[in-house]
Amino acid sequence: MGTAMTVAVAVSAFAFGILVGSIGASAKLSHSLALNVLADVYTTIVRGIPELLVIYLLFFGGSGVATAIASAFGYDGRVDLNAFTIGVLAVGLISGAYSTEVIRGAVQSVPFGQIEAARACGMSRWLILRRVLVPQTLRFALPGLGNVWQLTLKDTALVSVTALAELMRITHLAAGATRQPFLFYGTAAVLYLMLTTVSTALFNRAEISANRGVRRA
Amino acid sequence: MNWQLMWDSLPRMLGGLSLTLQLIVGSLALGALVAFAVALLRLSSNRLVERLAAAYVFVFRGTPLLVQIFLVYYGLGQFEFIRESFLWPFLREPYWCAILALTLNTGAYTSEVLRGAILSVPQGQVEAARACGMSRALAFRRIVLPVAIRQMLPAYGNEVILMVKATSLASTITLMEVTGIARRMIAQTFAVFELFIVAGVIYLVLNFVATRLIKFAEWRLTPYLRARA
Repeated sequence: MGTAMTVAVAVSAFAFGILVGSIGASAKLSHSLALNVLADVYTTIVRGIPELLVIYLLFFGGSGVATAIASAFGYDGRVDLNAFTIGVLAVGLISGAYSTEVIRGAVQSVPFGQIEAARACGMSRWLILRRVLVPQTLRFALPGLGNVWQLTLKDTALVSVTALAELMRITHLAAGATRQPFLFYGTAAVLYLMLTTVSTALFNRAEISANRGVRRA
Repeated sequence: MNWQLMWDSLPRMLGGLSLTLQLIVGSLALGALVAFAVALLRLSSNRLVERLAAAYVFVFRGTPLLVQIFLVYYGLGQFEFIRESFLWPFLREPYWCAILALTLNTGAYTSEVLRGAILSVPQGQVEAARACGMSRALAFRRIVLPVAIRQMLPAYGNEVILMVKATSLASTITLMEVTGIARRMIAQTFAVFELFIVAGVIYLVLNFVATRLIKFAEWRLTPYLRARA
């Protein structure tokens, strides 16, 4: 049960992180100085302070901000974010900062000649994005995103401080109740190892499939 | 924004800085020793030794640091023979448990960085050293290791930043370092953002200093890149 929750938090946070990362990367690559600076500040701060601190910020401060935003839209009443939402938001924001850098690097390694060629073929901006830029970026970004996924998966353990019933939290309770902490934390470690091993294998397969059009040396 | 509170909280937070620094420096220093040993074991031609070292790296890179810290702090006390051994006075203390867990964690990551760096030393240089009559040990000490250390510095810089951030997890086993103090003050005053910003700035400064130090070390170790400029 706890493992399922861990996977749920990790997958949602990773997806949210990729969304944030794509936005962050396009902000970093845009010609607007304000957007560049904003994205730089975001990645520098989130990557420079401990993950636990970010989770505490959202855990203690998240509901207050949500209430403030809701009241700005004319809703008066208190908005309480549940532990799952807070966990996904916190881990997603962290994961997004790392994804931003990975995606930015990947976009920049797509040869500009290909974009020019696509434009010369008469493709619209959206078509270029969909047919040329995104598939190529994905290919370059996959190894980096694999690393981000591993980080995200392990960061979900920190969400246990918000009392969300994921793997680590349940382990903590079970270890306390049975007085066999080594057994239970050991089991948790094995479960995390299985998750990371399986996902490494999945990312390897995804990489092979993303690279299917590339000739091997 | 309550500026007065932020200013007043600074001395208390900085009180935790010494503990944070001890955790960083202690675990990085011990972790470097572990990493050196493990990297050598992983490069050994003895299959069993190589497998054991690889298993250690796999386990510590594949599990969350929080699990490792809890395993050491809560888990080890479960065993009678550890409670009765001479190590117990150390393992009873959250301080030493945090150092141990952080050391083993960074040791695993750093050993991979070091192993990659050692492998990247051009074989020709080793051959040349051997041809000059250096013994294998001397060639390793004079040729391979200096080149490898220079090579690994950028990646090691990332690891240092990760460790600066990882010390915040020590607050989960009751240690009152910067994050621990911040959490307690947040619980007392509910001034989430003010205290978060103060603690965040402390970590940002720490990371800034750490990256500068690594950059400086890199600059010192690559005089041949400077000579032309």
